Amino acid sequence: MTRKLFTFNGGVHPEGHKDVSNATPIANLPLLPRYVVPLRQHIGTPARALVQVGDTVLRGQMIGAAEGYVSTAVHAPTSGRVVALEPHEVPHPSGLADMCVVIESDGLDQAVEFQPLDWRNLDPSALRNRIRDLGLAGLGGAVFPSFIKLNPEGGGIDTLILNGAECEPWITCDDRLMRERAAEILQGVAVMRHMLGAREVLIGIEDNKPEAIAAMRAAAAGEAEVIAEVVSIRTLYPTGGGKQLTYILTGRETPTGGRSTDVGAQVFNIGTAYALYRAVALGEPMLSRVVTVTGHVAAPGNYEARLGTPVADLLQAAGGALPGSVGKLVGGPMMGFELENDAEDNAAPLTKAVNCIIVKHPDLFPAKPSALPCIRCGACARACPADLQPFEMYWFSRAKDFGKAQSYDLFDCIECGCCSFVCPSHIPLVDFFRFAKSEIWERERHKHDADQARTRHEFKDFRLEREKKEKAEKLAAKVAENKARDAATAAAIAGNAESADPEAERKKAILQAALDRAKKAKESIAPQNTDNLSPAVAKQIEEIEARRTQADTRPEHEEGK
Amino acid sequence: MLSAILVMAGIGLVLGAILGWASIKFRVEDDPLVEKIDAVLPQTQCGQCGFPGCKPYAEAIARGEADINKCPPGGEEGVKHLAELLGVEPKPLGEGLEPKPKAVAVIDENTCIGCTLCIQACPVDAIVGAAKQMHVIVASQCTGCELCLPPCPVDCIHMEVIKEDVATWKWRYPIHTMKQVE
Ligand code: SF4
Ligand code: SF4
Ligand code: SF4
Ligand code: SF4
Repeated sequence: MTRKLFTFNGGVHPEGHKDVSNATPIANLPLLPRYVVPLRQHIGTPARALVQVGDTVLRGQMIGAAEGYVSTAVHAPTSGRVVALEPHEVPHPSGLADMCVVIESDGLDQAVEFQPLDWRNLDPSALRNRIRDLGLAGLGGAVFPSFIKLNPEGGGIDTLILNGAECEPWITCDDRLMRERAAEILQGVAVMRHMLGAREVLIGIEDNKPEAIAAMRAAAAGEAEVIAEVVSIRTLYPTGGGKQLTYILTGRETPTGGRSTDVGAQVFNIGTAYALYRAVALGEPMLSRVVTVTGHVAAPGNYEARLGTPVADLLQAAGGALPGSVGKLVGGPMMGFELENDAEDNAAPLTKAVNCIIVKHPDLFPAKPSALPCIRCGACARACPADLQPFEMYWFSRAKDFGKAQSYDLFDCIECGCCSFVCPSHIPLVDFFRFAKSEIWERERHKHDADQARTRHEFKDFRLEREKKEKAEKLAAKVAENKARDAATAAAIAGNAESADPEAERKKAILQAALDRAKKAKESIAPQNTDNLSPAVAKQIEEIEARRTQADTRPEHEEGK
Repeated sequence: MLSAILVMAGIGLVLGAILGWASIKFRVEDDPLVEKIDAVLPQTQCGQCGFPGCKPYAEAIARGEADINKCPPGGEEGVKHLAELLGVEPKPLGEGLEPKPKAVAVIDENTCIGCTLCIQACPVDAIVGAAKQMHVIVASQCTGCELCLPPCPVDCIHMEVIKEDVATWKWRYPIHTMKQVE
């Protein structure tokens, strides 16, 4: 049974360095005294904290809930006490701090009760919500909330693709996971297939991982339920790109600006399938992941560590960085980034997105020679797996002519780094593309804000206009009313001269009307602009009011003394 | 839960309808050039250009009565955009006009006396509160125009520069050393 495979254009053959870390089984980290759990571990809106400083938590307890649609939950990695809820260093190319829940272990590691999910019978949307609340996000590095990708959206998805390509050099966590836990992965795959209603399941693995292929094939053969085909694909970076893998396995080309689902395929990482197995079969939230620690360390290998484990502890588990190391990479050398703030007590924690930490040494990662001008040799275009023209995009990104850069399909660039890898002038092309993309995103954000401001401003003008008109109308009505009444009083005086002093009557009536008005006005005082508040703002107002009442009452007490 | 969603949806629909109606009813003469210029302006509505808002400035530019370099929040970038749009040469920002880092207004909750003067001043209704109640500024809606600062009788509003965070952080312009070719 040989399947016809397709070959994308371009691609490169960087040195693998896989054998540095793939020889030893996945090792577990001991329970640590302290975990730092970022609320933003996925693409989308960060989770909303559910705990406060001083709270005690149990392992698996939800400490951050999904906020908005594109979001997912985060959980406590062990039992203990929340000692801080504050911005903390995180593994991010910016080196900026982000909101984290810091938990001090109590050493007991007590867990909440995990409830396995009856995935075959659960209502699909309820099942997805459970998966969201169990915190599942793609473990391949993009960390997109899994429950969204598991929505069949009208059933157009006929092919489920499992990404076991692991094409990036140095990284071997998926390799080890497939060798050691193939059956569990396939159980996760069964759930995915069920949820998507996919007909075909293809598992793509690069042929530099023969053991993983064998293990997965053996497991798939024994599995009656999932008819999954394990496909060995030629090793060529970046086979693990979603669009590239889809093309290799199915020959379907994802359109410009589109996703693989546009051509009926949904791609998941192997590690995500394993996490889904744990979530569904054991009812366990995403609490840990396998991460490769490699490079210039004493005991390179793969470690199963709880999310929130400080990178320093991870390195320690791997025997520590060897002398002469210069910095760390998060992810692989092609697509990863330098870990900023590279102090020994580095507190940045492991997150769902981190699949690899590489400790660098000048021998392994020689400094890049300085760049030369582009000679328009076209090597970058030939290497580009997305069929782009990097040198054109580079030209316009460098000149900050973003519109032009975009017209060369900048946003189809998957930032794989093939172009920089082959450029004979050593131009850091991808750095320019990332720069240009984030500038364009910021512009989009500003545009959006400006549009909102314009609408709100126009509405305010409209409101003022309306109020003015209403006031004018009221005034006119009043004048008319007064006139009528005056006429009526005059008539009454004329008709009945014996009645009580008409002037006094009239004054009394006016007074009564004024009182009524004042009463009405008092009743109708309502906060302005307070409809449609987000819960956060409403809460803020409440808290502030509470503080104010306190502040208000204090001086009165003092005066009373 | 369902009723809450329905109520919210209902409020949304009603407000949407009002806005939609307002945008039709109060559409100023549909001059496509004014619309295009207005689309490029940052909508801060701060009046630093010397006009009472972005739209009036756009109208003045369209009539040829105002120069294109009068809007500090738009910065050089904005001038460039306007120049492209109008087919003229870009120029530096006008004398004494300088873009400031983007900021939002914050009310000191203990000093605010609830006078509502700032609510009246805010061009985009970004302040919520009622008479004699403490007011709050909705940061995501504040354009940073600073128009609420002068009317406050107790000077309790100040501007806070928005700090970069993980979500808004941008990749820097790559510093790459170019080797000199002889
Ligand atoms: S590979 Fe480098 S030198 Fe050649 S065209 Fe591309 S950017 Fe220019
Ligand atoms: S980084 Fe972008 S432009 Fe460069 S080879 Fe990869 S996809 Fe093409
Ligand atoms: S200076 Fe710019 S942002 Fe401010 S009102 Fe004028 S056009 Fe609008
Ligand atoms: S809150 Fe103040 S600074 Fe912000 S938009 Fe309103 S008036 Fe301008």
